[in-house]
Amino acid sequence: MQSLFIPYSTIVIKEVSRFTRIWVQTILPPAISMTLYFVIFGSLIGPRIGTMNGFDYIDYIAPGIIMMSIINNSYANVVSSFYGAKFQRHIEEMLVAPIPNFIILAGFVTGGIVRGFLVGVVVTIVALFFTDLQLHSFPITIAVVLMTSIVFSLAGMINAIFANKFDDISIIPTFVLTPLIYLGGVFYSIDLLPEFWQKVSAFNPILYMVNAFRYGMLGESDISITHAFIMLTVFTITLLIISLQLLNRGVGIKS
Amino acid sequence: MSALKIKNLNKIYSNKFEALKGIDLNVKQGDFFALLGPNGAGKSTTIGIICGLVNKTSGSVKVFGHDIDTDNDAAKASIGVVPQELNFSQFETSLSIVINQGGYYGISRRIATERAEKYLKKLGLWEKRNEVSRNLSGGMKRRLMIARALIHEPKMLILDEPTAGVDVELRRSMWDFLIDLNQQGITIVLTTHYLEEAESLCKNIAIIDQGKIVEDTSMKQLLSKLDKETFFFDLVDPITSLPDLNGLNSKLIDPTTVEIEILRKDNINQVFDVFSSNNINVCSMRNKSNRLEELFLDLLNNNNKTD
Repeated sequence: MQSLFIPYSTIVIKEVSRFTRIWVQTILPPAISMTLYFVIFGSLIGPRIGTMNGFDYIDYIAPGIIMMSIINNSYANVVSSFYGAKFQRHIEEMLVAPIPNFIILAGFVTGGIVRGFLVGVVVTIVALFFTDLQLHSFPITIAVVLMTSIVFSLAGMINAIFANKFDDISIIPTFVLTPLIYLGGVFYSIDLLPEFWQKVSAFNPILYMVNAFRYGMLGESDISITHAFIMLTVFTITLLIISLQLLNRGVGIKS
Repeated sequence: MSALKIKNLNKIYSNKFEALKGIDLNVKQGDFFALLGPNGAGKSTTIGIICGLVNKTSGSVKVFGHDIDTDNDAAKASIGVVPQELNFSQFETSLSIVINQGGYYGISRRIATERAEKYLKKLGLWEKRNEVSRNLSGGMKRRLMIARALIHEPKMLILDEPTAGVDVELRRSMWDFLIDLNQQGITIVLTTHYLEEAESLCKNIAIIDQGKIVEDTSMKQLLSKLDKETFFFDLVDPITSLPDLNGLNSKLIDPTTVEIEILRKDNINQVFDVFSSNNINVCSMRNKSNRLEELFLDLLNNNNKTD
């Protein structure tokens, strides 16, 4: 166990020091952009909207905005770090060493979780300047943050494995992730949508994460919390199996 | 026990390129072994398979008796590799690169830090330990990769053209360092384009061409196959034509330089006798090329003819 812990902790230390070294690129931008969300949608437009499902609009969107930053940052950390390691070829430092692939995966995913969590904390602090946040259930809130950052770290890993150029690591976040986040109930309740679009929204994985997190904070969700956790578990296991298979086959990293 | 035993190793890349065509190699423990070959011969593919960077198509590779298919972790732990191209993060410091590599091999941070200091000092990089690696010179980057490869104290060190692009002084100091490692019992496998390097350092040699081993023998035996050498004679005074050199293959390159091919069975004194009797004074004499280079080119030519 000790022999596995050292390589794992080495990858985690390397990953965390990487994104903290460049905190101006990794931590600061989400703090600024999320501040703008709170100013525009919370303080300026929010009072005109009134309440959403019985909550002030700023209170309703705060969990979604925090979750949005966690999703973006856990994904971005792994995709850019792993692709960077491929591009500069220093992934070979790990491949020549006797490290099992699941440890390499766990190390990078932990890096994604730590960045997602750290950015989540920063955005939460920003939110406290605009509203008094509630906390309905601490265990549910933490569990959702953890599972969501695992899911998107794994998704970032799969993207990085297949990426052959820097364009490839921005296509998914721009054309897939961002639309799914905006349509995932961050700014509205899906009850506002026509029935057809409510059914379409059920295919959006981010809907479950945003609503489960909102439940943890406000005790309010469009989706049953059990259903949300089942979906999160399914996504986690599926992406874990896919990424481990890809690493074991050496896709994108071995010739 | 063999340090490295390769049997019938084949590699066909996804683009159908057949990089290795059933190669066999046996490197003894404690050996200083050269793997030579022209560009694209299969040297780096072979090294890549041994180190776990390339998936083989078929065949077997054993490192100190550990099969890379069934006992890969033990095989990997026995090898330190210095690749041809730079493969470390350009944004990390030299010290953290070496310490982290120790961590990947399961070495605690405390021990890795001690060893990093030892090897960075030995390789003249200690003063640059906190320098971001992209700011190091080309020679320093190569030495950094050697320090990194030694952090887990492997039994075998594989170096893929370690002195490419390195100046002469540094190359000599790297040779001394490698000789010292070999004398400590570390098996060394080296690929190089500098045939002088292979001749000076290596006890045994294999030559690979177009994915096949065309020669696998000791350096001494290989050099004994050399049946002729070509020399340049630099003359004190210019001449306009060459005297008869007892039928030796010769040519006047310029008025003060003569090129003569001398067979192993011939006596070189006869050349000086002819020059003396014709009042031609020689001020210096040198080989046209490295002895191994001549053999190497002959072997590759023969291989091309057989194909």
